[in-house]
Amino acid sequence: MIDWLIEPLQYAFVVRGLVAGLLAAVACASLSAFVVWRGMAFVGDALAHAILPGIVVAYALGISLFIGALGAAVLAVFGIGLFSRRGHLREDTAIGVIFAGFFALGIFLLSRMVSFQDLGHILFGNILGVAAGDLVAMAIVVALVIAGVAVGFKELLVTSFDPSHAVAIGLSPELLRYGLLMLLALTTVVAIQTVGVVLVLALLVTPGAAASMISRQMVRIMGLSIVFAIVATIVGFYASYYANVASGSAIVLSLTVIFLVAWGVGQRRRSASYGG
Amino acid sequence: MKILTRLQYGGSCHIPAVPDTAALSVRGVSFLYHGASEETLSAVDLDVSPGERVALVGPNGAGKSTLLKLVLGLEQHTRGTISVYGNPAHTCLHRVSIVPQRSSVDWRFPVTVRQVVMMGRYVHLGWFKRPDGEDRDRVETALEMMEIGHLGDRQVGELSGGQQQRVMLARSLAHDADLMLMDEPLNHVDISTQELIFHTLERLTAAGKAAIVSTHDLGILSVHFSRAVFLDHRVIADGPVREVLTPQTIAEAYGFEFHKDYPEGTSNDRLAH
Repeated sequence: MIDWLIEPLQYAFVVRGLVAGLLAAVACASLSAFVVWRGMAFVGDALAHAILPGIVVAYALGISLFIGALGAAVLAVFGIGLFSRRGHLREDTAIGVIFAGFFALGIFLLSRMVSFQDLGHILFGNILGVAAGDLVAMAIVVALVIAGVAVGFKELLVTSFDPSHAVAIGLSPELLRYGLLMLLALTTVVAIQTVGVVLVLALLVTPGAAASMISRQMVRIMGLSIVFAIVATIVGFYASYYANVASGSAIVLSLTVIFLVAWGVGQRRRSASYGG
Repeated sequence: MKILTRLQYGGSCHIPAVPDTAALSVRGVSFLYHGASEETLSAVDLDVSPGERVALVGPNGAGKSTLLKLVLGLEQHTRGTISVYGNPAHTCLHRVSIVPQRSSVDWRFPVTVRQVVMMGRYVHLGWFKRPDGEDRDRVETALEMMEIGHLGDRQVGELSGGQQQRVMLARSLAHDADLMLMDEPLNHVDISTQELIFHTLERLTAAGKAAIVSTHDLGILSVHFSRAVFLDHRVIADGPVREVLTPQTIAEAYGFEFHKDYPEGTSNDRLAH
């Protein structure tokens, strides 16, 4: 059994993949509770797609992918705000337009600039293609995300629960929302490496959803989300190594199973508490 | 850096209240929602002294919430001035607290009663600072005052409407504001909660705080308020409840015809024809 677990870890590139996966899991899961409870699943998914052109341009220019992603995210969020402000369009409509447009631009640029194989990696992740330098950048970003959530925790809590009170005490719910979207954009870049653009949403939503089945305490939901995402990443990693399946799909399927189990546990608890 | 000033909040405010000034002074304030053709508020004047308990009365859409939002800074007024304890509004945010309209709160969001009441302390903390022993003591005191100490660890979304409103008032108590604004606090509230809310307000105003409560429920005015302000985009009547609570004022504020068959002595020539 031990041998079975250790075997893949003999190769440095495999270890890097696992570490990258764990970093992505922790970053996504620490935002997941807020994504779930603030109803940001759609905008999170949209943002994950909308940063594609930024990543392609950064890749082509040889600069940090995080800078490219942030640039595209800022433009996308600004565009969504512009088209939805003052009731011209409902926000989800504006998100839909921007999301599709940016993603299409990303694919367009990708097919002009880089090889088609890279498209596959960005869409579905390539956990075994992580360079050592990437890991450092990813670790810094993950630390930034966690620090951001830790520092702004009570402010995020109050703006999510009661924006009027937040404004009354001098906070700007709008700015905090933008801040959260920027953290989401950074996190997405980390997660693209392991699960790809298409499945990033699962890492952002499913851990928080599963944890919410079991607990209604924000801090506990966040802690459980991180545990679930780490477990799913490890299970997915070994499944991907031994069964030779795409890492992203294996991770997300593990997460989905965790969600189903958590849902079952939550159902049983609820019926037990009603019965008693 | 405008964005940095917008990000800053909380901490103590060292600007003292100007002695012997109104808790709230609204002068010629008008407000026009972007894209609207008619002003929601036009030339509103209102003075509230420390110790006063004022009902803000009017139909839905009369601008009651808007006026409270302007005082809080949720919207920016187009004309006029608002000052709080002698300083321009929003100078010292800890002086003003809000019990918001129920619909503006996300009751499903997973927070406990204690966490919500602690939000009343945030204005004293600001970024980076965590609640200390004194903050926790004040939260417990506020919970006890609203008789919800036993609900502290419950999810706020699981409570009844009345209990939720007690939580919001407890948060205002923890906030320790001098001017308390309450936007329709009595909707979906049971009688015992209503009594507790007023009992608490009476104690606070007796101790020198000011309270403005918006309501469209005329029944509670004469029992619980000394003063009522009738609002329908402008101030229609302002004074002691027994003087302003007349069929004419009500008819004017709520926009229906005043009929002559009201009892003698209540008619008003301006409206009677």
